[in-house]
Amino acid sequence: MTDTFEVPIDSDSDVVVVRQHVRSHALQAKLSLVDQTKVVTAASELARNTLVYGGGGRLVIEAISNGVRRGLRLSFIDEGPGIGDVEQALTDGWSTGGGLGLGLSGSRRLMDEFDLESAPGRGTRVTVVKWVR
Amino acid sequence: MTVHSEADRHRIDVLLQDQEERITRRWIDIAVANAGGHAARGALTERLREIYPALQRALAKDGENGELRRLLAELSRGQARQGFTPSETVVLVLGIKEAVYEVIEAEEDSETLRGYHWFCKFVDDLGLFTFETFAAARERIITDQAEQLLELSTPVVKLWDGILAVPLVGTLDSARTQVVMEKLLQALVETGSEHAVIDITGVPAVDTQVAQHLLKTVVAARLMGAECVVSGIRPQTAQTIVTLGIDFGDIVTKASLAEALAYALRRSGVQISEGSGKRVVVGVERA
Ligand SMILES: Nc1ncnc2c1ncn2[C@@H]1O[C@H](COP(=O)(O)OP(=O)(O)OP(=O)(O)O)[C@@H](O)[C@H]1O
Ligand SMILES: [Mg+2]
Repeated sequence: MTDTFEVPIDSDSDVVVVRQHVRSHALQAKLSLVDQTKVVTAASELARNTLVYGGGGRLVIEAISNGVRRGLRLSFIDEGPGIGDVEQALTDGWSTGGGLGLGLSGSRRLMDEFDLESAPGRGTRVTVVKWVR
Repeated sequence: MTVHSEADRHRIDVLLQDQEERITRRWIDIAVANAGGHAARGALTERLREIYPALQRALAKDGENGELRRLLAELSRGQARQGFTPSETVVLVLGIKEAVYEVIEAEEDSETLRGYHWFCKFVDDLGLFTFETFAAARERIITDQAEQLLELSTPVVKLWDGILAVPLVGTLDSARTQVVMEKLLQALVETGSEHAVIDITGVPAVDTQVAQHLLKTVVAARLMGAECVVSGIRPQTAQTIVTLGIDFGDIVTKASLAEALAYALRRSGVQISEGSGKRVVVGVERA
């Protein structure tokens, strides 16, 4: 059984709204304070990528369960230019936008599961999961 | 049945095509009359003339109305920004039913009437959509205003002679962080201060963007001969920053604002000692 919630990401203030929704879902999922902060921070990174590089998109928040554990799954979806070299994009310090280049790689470390699907011209979908400990 | 309705729809398509100028004009008149006294005719005319062909295309393609929706969303946002009510906005769209009715009034064949009936349902859906986007736009405006308020209320305070502090509160988006940082740099120049404490106790998430702004500010302040201390990094924030991979380099960080102040005071040559009775005694070394 999943419980789904969707948030559009089309402006800077939407990124703020994303953080607020993710925080409240993380709280509801009973994640620890440290994990809540990690999830909100990763969401902030991925949402901004969706906005800045993906040209906008949406976030799908799901409360999930694998039978043993409960968790929170976040999917950031855009129909932007996509990422040509995923390996490179996931390298610490790599940025095409003058950033620190830590958003993607850092989010991968902050979350328990990280999946990046992208192809040039076909958009990007980043799915991350945090399990409740 | 489907053949029937195909023909009905076609009748409306043709009508909208043939009577384009007449219908648009009436639509604009009706819209202006219904939209409350403060509607600007010029702007409305432009919008509706843009929407009309999109509506025709949507009707012809049957449901494929992305462009139409985009235009209607734009219309709602504009209306919301200008302070119109939801109903003043929705009647703009619904007005086209009346305009079309005036054209078909004279015709009596059942095909046209059925076509019109179908057209009305289509327009009603658009009205509903307009209402929804209007509500969303209103909400957006309210959050934006709340944020702006927050921005205006971020103060740069003078803690001590030569020591400024800026407490950052709430979620920091790029624009707001930039404003805060610019304010701080400016205040450093104006007051000739050599120390600044940036307190992030009130920031729930320090991500790469916030970190980058912090790093840039510290570097800029350094170039101006001032030193920054970052205070109020909470344990969960510290762990997150480390996992994210952000390197604060040689930036001095302190757990609390008080510690940061004590540090800055020491650096500026003020000596602090805790005397008896927990009184804080401050002595200035430099004249
Ligand atoms: N949704 C996306 N669509 C297209 N390209 C993307 C997307 N997300 C990331 N990228 C590419 O991957 C690079 C690395 O992203 P990452 O978030 O790690 O760093 P950054 O956004 O450049 O900087 P930072 O997040 O540290 O401020 C980006 O510079 C961009 O080229
Ligand atoms: Mg990024």
